[in-house]
Parts: sequence; structure tokens; C-alpha cells
Amino acid sequence: MELIFEISKPGRSAANLSASDVPVVDVDHIIDRKYLRDDLDLPEVAEIDLVRHYTNLSRRNFGLDLGFYPLGSCTMKYNPKINENVAAMPGFTGLHPDAPDAFAKGNLELMYDMQKLLSGIFGMADFTLQPAAGAHGELTGVMMIKKYFEKKGQKRHLILIPDAAHGTNPASGALCGFETVTLRSNTEGGVDLGHLELLMTEDVAALMLTNPNTLGLFERNIEKVAQIIHSRGGLLYGDGANANAFLGKTRPGDLGFDVIQLNLHKTFSTPHGGGGPGSGPVGVSAGLVDYLPVPRIVKSDSGYGWSEQFPDTIGRVRAFYGNFNVIVKAYAYIRSLGAEGLARVTEMAVLNANYIKEKLKPYFDLPYDRICMHECVFSGHRQVEQNGVHTSDMAKRLIDFGYHPPTIYFPLIVHEAIMIEPTETESKETLDAFCEAMISIAREAEVNPQRVKDAPLSTPVSRLDEVLAARKPDVCWKR
Amino acid sequence: MDYCPHTKDDIAQMQAAIGVKSIEELFADIPQKFRFRKMPDIPSGLSEQETIALMSAIAARNQMPRLTLTGAGAYVHFIPSVVSHLVGRSEFYTAYTPYQAEISQGILQAIYEYQTMIAHLTGTEIANASMYDGASAMAEAAVLSAKMSNRSKIVAARSVHPQYRQVLKTYCWANGYTVTEVPCATSGQLDLAGLHSALDESVAAVIVQSPNFFGCLEDITPIADAAHAKGALLISGFTDGTSLGILKPAGACGADFVVGEGQSFGNPINYGGPYLGIFAAREKFLRRIPGRLAGATVDKNGKRGFVLTLQTREQHIRREKATSNICSNEALCALAACIYLAALGPNLKTLAALNINKTQYLKSRLLQIPGWEEVFSAPIYNEFTICCTDARVVNEKLQAEGIIGAYDLQKDYPELKNTLLFCATEMLSKNDIDHVIEIIK
Repeated sequence: MELIFEISKPGRSAANLSASDVPVVDVDHIIDRKYLRDDLDLPEVAEIDLVRHYTNLSRRNFGLDLGFYPLGSCTMKYNPKINENVAAMPGFTGLHPDAPDAFAKGNLELMYDMQKLLSGIFGMADFTLQPAAGAHGELTGVMMIKKYFEKKGQKRHLILIPDAAHGTNPASGALCGFETVTLRSNTEGGVDLGHLELLMTEDVAALMLTNPNTLGLFERNIEKVAQIIHSRGGLLYGDGANANAFLGKTRPGDLGFDVIQLNLHKTFSTPHGGGGPGSGPVGVSAGLVDYLPVPRIVKSDSGYGWSEQFPDTIGRVRAFYGNFNVIVKAYAYIRSLGAEGLARVTEMAVLNANYIKEKLKPYFDLPYDRICMHECVFSGHRQVEQNGVHTSDMAKRLIDFGYHPPTIYFPLIVHEAIMIEPTETESKETLDAFCEAMISIAREAEVNPQRVKDAPLSTPVSRLDEVLAARKPDVCWKR
Repeated sequence: MDYCPHTKDDIAQMQAAIGVKSIEELFADIPQKFRFRKMPDIPSGLSEQETIALMSAIAARNQMPRLTLTGAGAYVHFIPSVVSHLVGRSEFYTAYTPYQAEISQGILQAIYEYQTMIAHLTGTEIANASMYDGASAMAEAAVLSAKMSNRSKIVAARSVHPQYRQVLKTYCWANGYTVTEVPCATSGQLDLAGLHSALDESVAAVIVQSPNFFGCLEDITPIADAAHAKGALLISGFTDGTSLGILKPAGACGADFVVGEGQSFGNPINYGGPYLGIFAAREKFLRRIPGRLAGATVDKNGKRGFVLTLQTREQHIRREKATSNICSNEALCALAACIYLAALGPNLKTLAALNINKTQYLKSRLLQIPGWEEVFSAPIYNEFTICCTDARVVNEKLQAEGIIGAYDLQKDYPELKNTLLFCATEMLSKNDIDHVIEIIK
């Protein structure tokens, strides 16, 4: 498709601006020439061109509303339409963040209540809603850990990270000046306790653990893990990316986690927008509350208000208060589902993942064959060995069947990994049809491997040359 | 309502296929002592109608302002109707990050178009797919500068947005870097002599903002020269993105990074978020910058297409050696900005001029009030700093009339007593401004 720049024609415009109703000033007269720009090369298109261009682009994009999106670790559940409607209410969209608190009573109450709801669901002492995404929440959480030890006068420079962890975990640790040490998984996909005993010294600030982990497996020894970390003065950090697996079943706070970051765009159904905005609230245990970012909402007799009066805070991690409009959607979701609804979310998500695991087990290698939580991880090892067909080929072939592919090549500890997260909002018919597609691709890999390697065959562009894109980067169009 | 489609029969069949007799069996790995049957302290669910009633009631407890006279990093602008309609296409908003390029050409091409527009607007060669907001974009540019240069000091103008400086300090503290601040001259611009005395070979980057927090335009070229003379990089921010429609961008004056808040481009004010972190840079930093990049390439038939590129900078490949930990960004806000900028086209300059007209009119009317004086002499865009007899009373009077008043600078700059930062965008009519004057005087 042409670029918006390529359909531009000088003299066209989709802008319909008001004329000035105040005296028009001569800009050159009040602003020295050296401050003014010479050219402004933006597209010139009529409104209908603009609408058709981006509507046609949208038709080249696969969203959750078009079909099944089992992207592991991303919890691509249905995004209820009601949440879009309530978040678009002018009362929520129209207020400046510096509005006096008296203007923002509803917003303050909603955010305060959201912190309480999350604290209850996850068993934490308090939450901040400031971080803009999961990785931003991780960074905030690790900063609080750093502050905790700084206040204690302890110099701990290491963070333990399991080999199955998300890449954001080591990157967040590094962005706070920590060195990361890799913790091995055991044969059943959990933490290798012997290795943990060995690594957990007084130089270690924290273990960043995802539970259930990225294999979709719950850490059976979580009590022992927490005990080892805490007995040596360390903190247990929880990556809440997989929180869809335990709502209403257990709480990280009860399991011994000191910090947990969430992804509202995963667990609490806010749409991911093709890469954001997300929202990454962080919950802490009582011992870390003083380090939460500012400003924080305080409740007094006169109502809710913002306060920066927390001397031990890590400070701010962004301007203003967080991705407020995303928080509104997640709040509406939690209130509409309620306690029973959230528990059922987890039950159905786990049921769906186990169902897929059982149905596909005969056709794909399953490195850890046990009850999984909200997602299951297969290996494409058999198809590579026997047919020379890689996981990436099978993923591309799934596109031709109308599905978004699962997460692939992650976690790193599984060869040719295929990570499937169905979520709770998919029906049995959808899961059955998806499994049929996977099975037919496995068969196709045996009888006609080239067809799988040529996939996708149904898309506006075929497989793209990523090597060329990286070798000769072209990230901005030039005339 | 839980949006789960299974019937009882479905569940029974699925349990049988898995080989369990109850759902509870699936949770056997969670130690019994940590399991609970009912979530404590969480209310019961609501119907759709009840949820809408609840949310409407909460929204109604906010007071919608008749006018907003504060900018200070977030700007109320008119948003053309096409923006929400196109951003509201669910093919865009219900997608995840475009990991599978063949079925994500829509968002990838739009991001490529966005990157192109942003690089041009900022006077640089490249821009990434977005950061969380202007403040975090600035902080990441500072951390990157320090890492690349092995230097540990950041010098920031005190006229940079106070919250941005707070975020900068948080990020720098976490990395063991220090932040030194340079005061303003009487013009409201960075004090060049102060900058020279703060600069030495340990400084990784100098940070300014233009327009700065006081609304004043900075003369970027000599600041860039001073930074570069000591081997430091120049990071330049801006306040209201629409200013780029008329003002010479910092990238054309020697800045190495141009970072700032892109909310003004088609994104609602939203009580502070989600917003759009703009991150643009010189081409030589392409392989070092944080965040996602959409790049053009070809498919196996030679047809143009777009992919996420240079991913070896990113956390999912490089883990602890990544240039940043950023993963999700603000893609949908970037899409809104792209559509907004395409809608306005070169009329962004007309809009910027309109903002200048409104601001000059508001300023001239305020200066007619006895005792009101302009604080700084530098040229301005759509914000200005003004000293009055009693800032608190002014804002109380405005608030009583349902107007969000001006930003009181004393909370961040104790020396600026009774000093207000006003903002006028195209949203204020002449009548509005005349009304404001009537209330104040």
C-alpha cells in the first residue's frame, strides 16, 4: 500500500480550523527569525483520503476482534466494549492532570478504590498506579528494592533471575545498576532449590520470580523459595504477567512476595492498542510502602488528595499519575466481574490451557508434561528433526488458517518453543478448531513441508526480509 | 458477567478430555494452605447497566471545567473527529505488539509514517515508535547518554518541567548518575554562563526544553555548542508539541536527542495519561536508542513491507545487555498522533499561529490589570509567566467560576512568589478570555 506521503498532493487538507477571533499578530515581529522553522513537510490529504488510508491499513492488521489470538504470556482475552464506552465518558477524558483536587473527586476516588481492590485481590499492603506498562512497573519495583537496601545500609548488588524469565526482568535489574545472576530450572520446570541455596548470599537483593512461570507451571516449592530468600535478608519480586492464572485462588502476598507488578492490559482486559498503552501497577508488602513513587493519593476527612510528603519515596517514574484512562477500563472490568467473576476467569483460563495441552500432546513434544496453569508450552523439536520444519514456519502457517500465532521461541529453555495462552474468553469450538489447525499443520509438515515453509500464503505481503531491514535500516521515509 | 462462553456441558466434556473430575484438581500445584475459596473484600459483580450507572456516577463526581488555563506539560487541544473514529478501529486497538509482521502491516506502516513525521518535526533523522511519556523519554535519553559516554553526570536546566526533572533524578539515582541543575537568566532562558561553569569532561549530557517550563523559547545553538565542546550530548525537550508547527526544532540547532510529550497530537487530556513519549535522535544513535522501531523492507517477491527492526537492541533478545527494558510503549497514542498530523498537514503551522494569537491576546489583557507584570523577556509560544498581586486568590476566583486557573509556580520554584504560568490554546475564544479578565480584575 502507498504511504500517506505518497498520496499527498499540495493544497489538499483535512484540517478545518477556526479563524482567529482575536487580533492576529505578526509572528515574525514577536519571535526572532532564528526561533522559527523554515519548512513543514507533512502530508496534504483530503479527509476522505485520510479515512480510507487508515481504514485500509486497519484491514491489514489482525486484532482480537477478528479471531483467536493465543499469544502466550500476553493474555489476549476479549476486551469488553462497555469498558471502552465508560472510559470515553467526558468526565474521565476531559480533566487536566493539574486540576485542583476539588475538580477531580471522581478520578481520585476511582484510583484510590482501584489501589484497594488490587491490594485485596493480590494480598499486598498497597499499590501504585503510576507505571505506564509492565516493564515500567518492573523498573519501579526494582527501584523500590534498591531503596529498601539503601535505607538499611546494605550493599547488595545482585539479582537472581530464573532462566525461564521474561527478558524485561534482567533488563529492569540492569537499568537499576544490579548485576543479574541466572537461576536454573529443575527437571520439572520449577526453581532448582539446590542452585537457589547456592546462589542466595548476602550480596543478593532479590529473586525476580514469575509464578506461574513462563512454562505455565505453578512453583510448587514457593513456600521454600520464599523462606530461602527471606532467611538471608532478600526480597521476593513477582512478575505478575501471568496473574490470570490465580485470581481468586491464591494471592502473591500470602505466598511471600514482597513486590509484584501487574499488566492491566493482560489480566484486566484493557486493549493493548497494537503495542500500548498498557498500565503496570506495582503492589508492595508493608515493609516497602514508604518507597512507593509519589505523588500518592491520601484520604482524609476532607476527601481524597495528592500528596508528595513521603520522604523515603523513590521519587517519580513518569509525569502525572499513570495511564489513567487505561485504569478506568480495568476498574470497570473488575467491578463488573466482581469476586466470583474473577475467580471464574482463572478457572476457565486454566481449563482452556489444559484442554489444548491434552489435545495437542500427541502431535507436538511437550517438555513438561504436568497440569499447567493458564498457558502451555510445546516444542517444535519433532518437526525440526523429522521434517526440517521450524516453529516459525508452523506459526506463519497458522496465519493462513485465520489465527494469530502463539508466542514462539520463548521461554528460551524450551527448544523451538510454542507457547499457547488461550485465555478464558474462548469457546470450546474455537479451541477445537485451533487444535485441528495445529494438527493439520503437523501433518502437512510431514507430507508437504515446503508448503509450511512458504507460509503465509494468504497475507498482503509474504515473509519479510528481516535481515535486510536490520542491515540497511530504513525507519523514516525519504522523498 | 465474566465473558466466558462455556456451558456446563462444555466444561464437563473438557474436564473429561483432560482427565480431571473437577476444576479444583487443576489447581493442585498451589499449596493447600495458600488457597482460598472466596476472594476477600472484593464486591460482587454488576450487570452492564449497573456498571454504566456506577461509572457515570463516579465521572459525575468530577467537575468538568468551563475553561482550562493550565498547560504545564499537558495541553487541551481540539481533536478532529476522524482521529477517534480511525483509532477506534478494533483491528488496531485490539491487537498486541506487531510481532507477526505479515498480519500487522497496518500498525507497522502507521508507525513508520509516525516515525517519519516525528523525525521531520523534531529536525532529526530518526524517531522510535514511542516511549511512555515525555518525562520517561527524557530520562531514558539521559541514561543512554551516560552509558554511551561512560560519564556519570547530567546537567539539566532548572527551566525543564519540574516533574521531568524528578523522573530524571529517579532514573539517574537508580543508575548511580548525578544531576546538576543550571539556573535561568532574567530572560527566562538557560543561563549560559551558569552552563559553562557546570560543564566539564564528566558531563554526559545537557538537558534543556524549548519552549521551556516558563513558556520561554531557548536559543539552542549556543547551548549545543557548549555541550559539544566538552564532549557532552544535548538532549532537548519541548512542552506543547504543536509548537513544532512553527518553531525551529532543536534537531535543526544541533541537539543529539529531541524528546518530549506528544499528547497534544490528537490525544485527550485524560487526567495525565495515557500520553505519548516522543524520542527522536541523530542517525548515528540508531543502533543504541531504546524502544521499538518499525522499518521498511521487502517480502520475498520484492514487495514493500514493514517489520519491527533492530530488535537486537531490545530486552527480549539482549536481556540484561539491552539498551532499555521498555517493551509495551504507547502505540495507539502514536497512531492517534500520526492521524492527527496527517489531518492537519502544513496547517499545523496555522494552528500554532492561532495558539500564538490567543496567547498574545490573553497576555496583553492580563498585563492591563494593575499590578500584573511579565516576569521574563524571552519570546514565548503558548505559555507565559506572569507575576500578580495574589496568585492564590486569582485561582480561587477562577475556580469558583468553574475554571481551572493558571499553574502556580511557587510550589516548584519557591523564589517565584505570586507567579502564574498561563496557557492559551485554540480552545479559548475571545469571549472566554474577556470573561477570564472580568473574573480576575
